[in-house]
Amino acid sequence: MPKNAQLNHFPDPVYQYQNNPLTKAGFELGRKLFYDPILSEDNSVSCGSCHKQFAGFADLEHSVSHGLNNQLGTRNTPALANLRWNPDFFWDGGVNHLELVPLAPITNLLEMGTNLSLVIRKLNRDPKYVTQFRKVFHQDTINSQQLFKALTQFIGEMVSANAPYDQYVNGKTDALTEEQKQGLLVFEAKCSTCHKPGLFTDHSFRNNGLDSEFKKDLGRKIITEQPSDLGKFRVPSLRNVAVSSPYMHDGRFRTLAQVLEHYDKGVKTSATLDPLLGGSRLGIALSKEEKKQLLAFLEALTDKTFITDPRFADPF
Amino acid sequence: MQNVLSKYTPLLAIAFMALITFSCKEDPDPIPALPGQVTLEFDNVVGEAALSLDDQDYNNANGDQFKVSMFKYYISNIILKKTDGTEYKQPESYYLVDESNADSKLITIKEIPAGEYTGLTFTIGVDSVRNVSGAQTGALDPANGMFWTWKSGYVFVKLEGTSPQSQNGGLVFHIGGFQKPNNTIRTISPSLNGTKLQVEGGKNPEVHFKVNVLNMFQGVNTIKFADLATTMGGENSVRVADNYVNMFTVDHIHP
Repeated sequence: MPKNAQLNHFPDPVYQYQNNPLTKAGFELGRKLFYDPILSEDNSVSCGSCHKQFAGFADLEHSVSHGLNNQLGTRNTPALANLRWNPDFFWDGGVNHLELVPLAPITNLLEMGTNLSLVIRKLNRDPKYVTQFRKVFHQDTINSQQLFKALTQFIGEMVSANAPYDQYVNGKTDALTEEQKQGLLVFEAKCSTCHKPGLFTDHSFRNNGLDSEFKKDLGRKIITEQPSDLGKFRVPSLRNVAVSSPYMHDGRFRTLAQVLEHYDKGVKTSATLDPLLGGSRLGIALSKEEKKQLLAFLEALTDKTFITDPRFADPF
Repeated sequence: MQNVLSKYTPLLAIAFMALITFSCKEDPDPIPALPGQVTLEFDNVVGEAALSLDDQDYNNANGDQFKVSMFKYYISNIILKKTDGTEYKQPESYYLVDESNADSKLITIKEIPAGEYTGLTFTIGVDSVRNVSGAQTGALDPANGMFWTWKSGYVFVKLEGTSPQSQNGGLVFHIGGFQKPNNTIRTISPSLNGTKLQVEGGKNPEVHFKVNVLNMFQGVNTIKFADLATTMGGENSVRVADNYVNMFTVDHIHP
């Protein structure tokens, strides 16, 4: 495995490959599976159908996910990067382990719409896969654990840590423009509590004032059943944010300018609104100048190496 | 004769060591018995009747009529207790009992240290650790359809069927959840009714359970299908789990 960019400014990852030793063959098998529509009911949808590398593995221009027969899901396809650092997954945090992330889209009727037994049967009928799995896991037949472990080796290695921001933090003072450096200061003052620099998320679930009621999507409450979690969604990482529009759990904003406008003037109050956005003046006051600087800074989170890295590209 | 001698060499060695160890005693201890096995048999019933999928009408304590199309549950972390209080905890102890699969209703626990056992403990469901440990295999493989994909965690007991009293006609009892306040993991120690299990090589005691489906819907909480016909975790699942702690009774034991 090639060494990733310096990760000095990252904490230790949650997922350490303890029971899933990372190998070149395992990573390559995971990559093939990620791009193979064999994982869907009618062999039409792969993970890569919605997680496009050029968009930071998000689904550019689609507010919510598109699955089998062009059915629409209910939420925006999240960008993928640095997943080994996540304690939980999805907008509502319903999945508690990296290895089980692919299980949700594979079995969701609106996404890949199949069941696991069927996928495993299809893989076992494919001599190429049988050989490849055997090479990695040294077992006679493929099972779901092997499928998940292989996929995890691929998505776990999707580390994005070489954006201009990272180069700047690691000592390259001219990696950011003057305007971006100003933007970083604004960001640290007004955004960094939730979007903690490094991973650019604090992994919390918050109600950021998109609506005053949440009948359409209860958010985190679906998982915890706690009224205090109504309308709370994951704080997403901002890595590659400039290339992975649209934004929010339902993809309602098409531009980052709209997102900043929301935080400045659009926050709606409700019982679970995050305290950081509440108070006598709702939201986060941002001047025109500050918004310009922030937008410039957010561009500095685009990791060109990551979104063009041939290691992560479609092998088919 | 060489091979006869070599065949008994280990025994001679053990006997000799015993002699040395207990040289002050008159009789050396007998050679310890080899480990043995115990079989648990799960016989799913509805009251006095055998459970039969899809074709039988039953009545719950509330008088609601119902049919069962699927009945599956996890048995895990089996522990056998000796008379002297020592325990044998079976490693990797996970089983999925499925009414539609006869083989799954027999669980044989092997390599149990020889001795006299008077207690049996197991978990209905799956311990919390395995609910947060990623991709599993065997009985715990999510391909068995006992794992929630959108909210990680195992379904511990799954009963599906139909009832005219249910508002939508269906019964969907997917009981699970391993976190407070709606933790449905239940560990039970059904009485062996005073019978002692003699475990040693060559013997195979069988513990025959009756698993009464009606006890999902009666006990601490009488379940009326008009009010509750669908639960997938959460408070209502806890109400069912508080009932089914009494679902397993030892009917008889074959020595």
